[in-house]
Amino acid sequence: MSTYREALREAHREALARDERVFLMGEDVGRYGGTYAVSRGLLEEFGPERVRDTPLSELAFVGAGIGAALGGMRPIVEIMTVNFSLLALDQIVNTAALLRHMSGGQFHVPLVIRMATGAGRQLAAQHSHSLEGWYAHVPGLKVLAPATVADARWMLWPALCEPDPVILFEHVLLYNLEGDPGSAEGGSDITHACVRRTGERVTLIAYGGTLGKSLQAAEQLAQEGVECEVIDLRVLRPLDEETLLASVKKTRHAVVVDEGWRSGALAAEVAARIAEGAFYELDSPVQRVCTAEVPIPYAKHLEEAALPQVSSIVAAVRAAL
Amino acid sequence: MARAHFGPVPYAKPFALELVRHMLRIRRFEERCAELYGTGHIRGFLHLYIGEEAVATGALTALGPEDALVGTYREHGHALVRGIAPGVLMAEMFGQREGCCRGRGGSMHIFDARTRFYGGNAIVGGGLPLGVGLALADRMRSLARVTACFFGEGAVAEGVFHESLNLAALWRLPVLFCCENNLYAMGTALARSESETDLCAKARSFRIPAERVDGMDVVAVHEATKAAVAEVRAGRGPRFLEFQTYRFRAHSMFDPELYRAKAEVEEWKERGPIHTFTARLKDQGLLCEDEFLTLEREVQHEIDAAVAFARAGTNEPVEELTRDVRAAEGQA
Ligand SMILES: Cc1ncc(C[n+]2csc(CCOP(=O)(O)OP(=O)(O)O)c2C)c(N)n1
Repeated sequence: MSTYREALREAHREALARDERVFLMGEDVGRYGGTYAVSRGLLEEFGPERVRDTPLSELAFVGAGIGAALGGMRPIVEIMTVNFSLLALDQIVNTAALLRHMSGGQFHVPLVIRMATGAGRQLAAQHSHSLEGWYAHVPGLKVLAPATVADARWMLWPALCEPDPVILFEHVLLYNLEGDPGSAEGGSDITHACVRRTGERVTLIAYGGTLGKSLQAAEQLAQEGVECEVIDLRVLRPLDEETLLASVKKTRHAVVVDEGWRSGALAAEVAARIAEGAFYELDSPVQRVCTAEVPIPYAKHLEEAALPQVSSIVAAVRAAL
Repeated sequence: MARAHFGPVPYAKPFALELVRHMLRIRRFEERCAELYGTGHIRGFLHLYIGEEAVATGALTALGPEDALVGTYREHGHALVRGIAPGVLMAEMFGQREGCCRGRGGSMHIFDARTRFYGGNAIVGGGLPLGVGLALADRMRSLARVTACFFGEGAVAEGVFHESLNLAALWRLPVLFCCENNLYAMGTALARSESETDLCAKARSFRIPAERVDGMDVVAVHEATKAAVAEVRAGRGPRFLEFQTYRFRAHSMFDPELYRAKAEVEEWKERGPIHTFTARLKDQGLLCEDEFLTLEREVQHEIDAAVAFARAGTNEPVEELTRDVRAAEGQA
């Protein structure tokens, strides 16, 4: 057993030991031990050349990560949270994602960017964004959302082996999650969605921070005899349509759960894919459970009201049936 | 560490006592916040200003009510000196409707239109261009107002710092940049994040007059700010002040403080802004122990009342969740 945080740390340790081109950089990843303590101890183990504290300058150090990747290194860049990644969005979207295509295939950017995402800790509007969907919009990026301890442990290395940029989202409520990290064989796939629970009646589609809530909702519904199939997207771009559609064709009902705001969220894309690929197999319209279209408020009861909850997922399943 | 000698206090008794009261209020308010964090009444991120009280106190008492202030997430002190009622501030941290932002913002996002308090900005560096823009509006509307923009030394590394200073200088805008240099940005010491640690030199490279000030000395802070504000108000363009200070507490409530020695913290505490100032006042016969104790008692009462106000607060109804995302029909 290990925590999600420890699993990520172990994944970094493995990568740093395995390939000398790998290095980690970001704000407070070294001395401070990482904002969410993912990298604690790595500075002592691998030294300041390979675990590099950066100044507060997201645009510059993410861009430098791109440059270092071009120059033959395999950087892991940690951005404290997706909220601050907006300061680096230009380099990610206008450079990292485009270089291979724009250069006619001459250059490529083997870079991994990790960041925390999501709400639920009363951190208020500027620290609670869930913008995975924005990144999943961009061709040239691969976007991963490990939602289990095993995925936290095993997604990093294959991400580093990709020749092009990969973004890894870690939901803030997952760091203390305990689970079995399993083995590389079980977790190193970064192409497929995963059926986390099988069921016949409804397909629940979730990722990252909403997977746990969806599994809880499925558990609750099972008591009432409603068997849900729960799919963990895992890979937000490119979407594994095959797994999604196979399940929906079987259950004939779909509910998509997403912590992004409803308008233009990843859930909208998933719903569209289902409509395109399984329209005639559906027995009811696709339901979405998303975050209310407000900046996340600080007050606990308002934050809870804004976010997808087990109760709202259960309600959506009932509406679908 | 700045070891400047504390000079005599050049103020009459009422103002001197006002300065003590402000600093004491911040200290006691925040000590209470830390307790209330422990009991779960305050949640989320809580960044304490303890140790840095002389900066907000000395600087904000040099502003007029017409001036504007832009702060960071470490802004309880500024909010209190600016005149936001402690109860309203505490209610905000409790997440209640009676708070200055209806409980939507919490500790990191204090806003108050009445006192022209423009946050409460929790993206490092995010307040700087805001300050520049407020000053631009004043300039375009021919208003002789000053915008004081506060930020930590960590923000100096962000591109937006340089872009903002350049714009302000280029257009000679009435903005006062107040850098609170407490030596650490979370766990990153200044010398490990800046190739040039002389922050004033950076400001001067934009041709902005800059001055380094002992931020533990409320008199030095007040005098430097008063002079700079006069220049800015007179239309002579932006000014930059670097206040050298130190936070006595952790960065936030989650920080294990692996990056600095306890002895360093203790050494700075010896220069604590409150006890050094009251000692000077006592030396000069401007304050006696009884008066100080009375002040302490009054401040304690105020904080007790603030907590009581917050405890009696109410939740904003969930139905109002989507209120104020955009203007309501017909709302300005
Ligand atoms: C753009 C951005 N990056 C990172 C953070 C996370 N963060 C919050 S406070 C902080 C340290 C800032 O230090 P400084 O500006 O010196 O102010 P202090 O906290 O010392 O008052 C960091 C890194 C953030 N809020 N915004």
